[in-house]
Amino acid sequence: MSSNATLAVAAHAVSPVEAKDPRAKSMVRIAFEQLLEHRIAVLSLGVIALFCGIAVFADVIAWAMNLDPNAQDILNRYGEFSREHWLGTDEAGRDVLIRLVYGTRVSLAVALLTTVSATIIGITVGSVAGYFGGFIDTVLMRVTDSLLALPTIPVLIIMASIDFTKIPWLGGVVPSDMVSIVKMVLVLMVFSWMTQARLVRGEVLANKDLEFVLAARTSGLSSGAIILKELLPNVLSPVIVSVTLSVGSAILYEAALSFLGLGIQPPTPSWGNMLNNAQELIYSAPWLAVIPGILILIVVMAFNFLGDGLQDALDPKAIKR
Amino acid sequence: MGSFIVRRLIQTLLVTLALSFVSYSLMGLMPGDPLDIACQANPHCTPENLVTMKKTLGLDQPVYVRYGKWLAGIAQGDLGYSRTYRLPVTQILGPRLVNTLFLSGTSLLLSLVIAIPLGVFTSLRPNSKFDYSLNMFAFAGISIPAFWLGLMLIIVFAVKLNWLPAGGTETVGLDAEMGLFEAAFDRLKYLILPVTSLSLLTIAFWVRYTRAKMIETMRHDYVRTARAKGLSEQRVIYMHGLRNALIPVVTVVALGISGIFSGAVITETVFAYQGAGKLIFDSILANDYNVAMCSFIITSFLVLFMNLIADVAYAYLDPRISYA
Repeated sequence: MSSNATLAVAAHAVSPVEAKDPRAKSMVRIAFEQLLEHRIAVLSLGVIALFCGIAVFADVIAWAMNLDPNAQDILNRYGEFSREHWLGTDEAGRDVLIRLVYGTRVSLAVALLTTVSATIIGITVGSVAGYFGGFIDTVLMRVTDSLLALPTIPVLIIMASIDFTKIPWLGGVVPSDMVSIVKMVLVLMVFSWMTQARLVRGEVLANKDLEFVLAARTSGLSSGAIILKELLPNVLSPVIVSVTLSVGSAILYEAALSFLGLGIQPPTPSWGNMLNNAQELIYSAPWLAVIPGILILIVVMAFNFLGDGLQDALDPKAIKR
Repeated sequence: MGSFIVRRLIQTLLVTLALSFVSYSLMGLMPGDPLDIACQANPHCTPENLVTMKKTLGLDQPVYVRYGKWLAGIAQGDLGYSRTYRLPVTQILGPRLVNTLFLSGTSLLLSLVIAIPLGVFTSLRPNSKFDYSLNMFAFAGISIPAFWLGLMLIIVFAVKLNWLPAGGTETVGLDAEMGLFEAAFDRLKYLILPVTSLSLLTIAFWVRYTRAKMIETMRHDYVRTARAKGLSEQRVIYMHGLRNALIPVVTVVALGISGIFSGAVITETVFAYQGAGKLIFDSILANDYNVAMCSFIITSFLVLFMNLIADVAYAYLDPRISYA
């Protein structure tokens, strides 16, 4: 996680005037120090970094442990914890530990890609609606509100059960083993940009008639430039908090859909689809139903705690000094 | 106020209509075509037969024409016929919706009764040990995958301890002679685990929100004024603090209803509880489009309608907001 970098961007936005006094702290420093005071948030940052590391170095781990996530061993189904299989084996005799490692990669990648693309949509919709107002605003916000009001899980189930290969322009582009991943990102993205859009619109509305925007407009800046350079930097800190929290919920939604068999398709492992046959696991190998869920819980909790910590750290009103 | 309600009602209907069109079009993109499946099962069916059949059933027409016909049928109360259950959709959906309302209603009630008092209680002792542990619990509650919590409850209380049934709605093959009380008790046994798993997230969310709003409210000048007037602390908290803090809580509770309905789909699937959510899921997997469409749209409409009620309640409770 390049959370330092994002923090830096945020704080830079908040303080247009750079401090000359060497003793004075920049907003980045203040925000970062505040975050460090939030012990659980720091711990969460560590947990997230650890899991991102696992995701990035999954191949290295597989090589070092000499394990293949897809190697089946039918004679060793539901194997106990052993020296070769630290966390036992699953219903096809595959090593659970290495599947969890690759599952980390898939689940985190889906969640991060979803969040990034949803944030881009949210920022665009929110800033356009807030800045231009009028009819555009009404239409965009009605759509946003309508999507927000829908019951998420049933809608996601309907969307996720579409056969994407039936969509002509999409079927050909995506390699077949990536289809379920791309589908998951697209489906989740469509239903996760609304919070950011509302947030950005609110902030843009609050700022667009202030003097600094007026000054920019008088000096001949185009609408696009005003939104990008003047308005968006002011929204960054609430957006960063909301983005952190939405990574957590994307992980949860992906897990739920994969658990239902509508998300990531086997043999590609994800934390959710490792629980796909849980109804059987409950009786034959309960620990297999326990472990992926604990990983989901830990990582989602880490993102939520980090979001909470960032909120305290980035909120200028909450700064104690 | 009247015009606001009418406007919101029209908007709700429009959204439902748009949603039904979108999901109707999406059904065509789902894997497996019921006619193809039927044709494959019948050795006498030739590709020409299939084309004729599709033509007689009007399946060769564009989506909007078929949607129009389907909608006209709905308007006349014809929800279609289920392929897998061999029953009209109305007959299947009714009891399932009742089951879901039962599950969601119990969960909603339980969440309200637990979360709001707990939130108020802990807001009066900020940063105490109790507050700290409750906060941890709330974070765990919003971070836990609901389906996994359900699985864990089944492993502990149904498989290991054998206290409660692992899934289902009521004991199968139960005598009709059984008294009303016994029947209710039987239903209750099957509700405990699903309701627990469904409520935890809502409780966690509402506790945090109630606490935050209550702490914010108690900082207001009018609370200080109430204290300065010499009112008892009880009166300050409940008459001046809580009543104001609860106004925003209403909106969040309303959104929570949508969340409970939505989460019920997963909970029902995990616990094999025969509700509308499980019906949506099962019928999609079985290519039973009539059932899937109707249960999905009716569930969504219910949620949208509850949001509408919440908006009205909010406007009514907070005189500062006017929806002229």
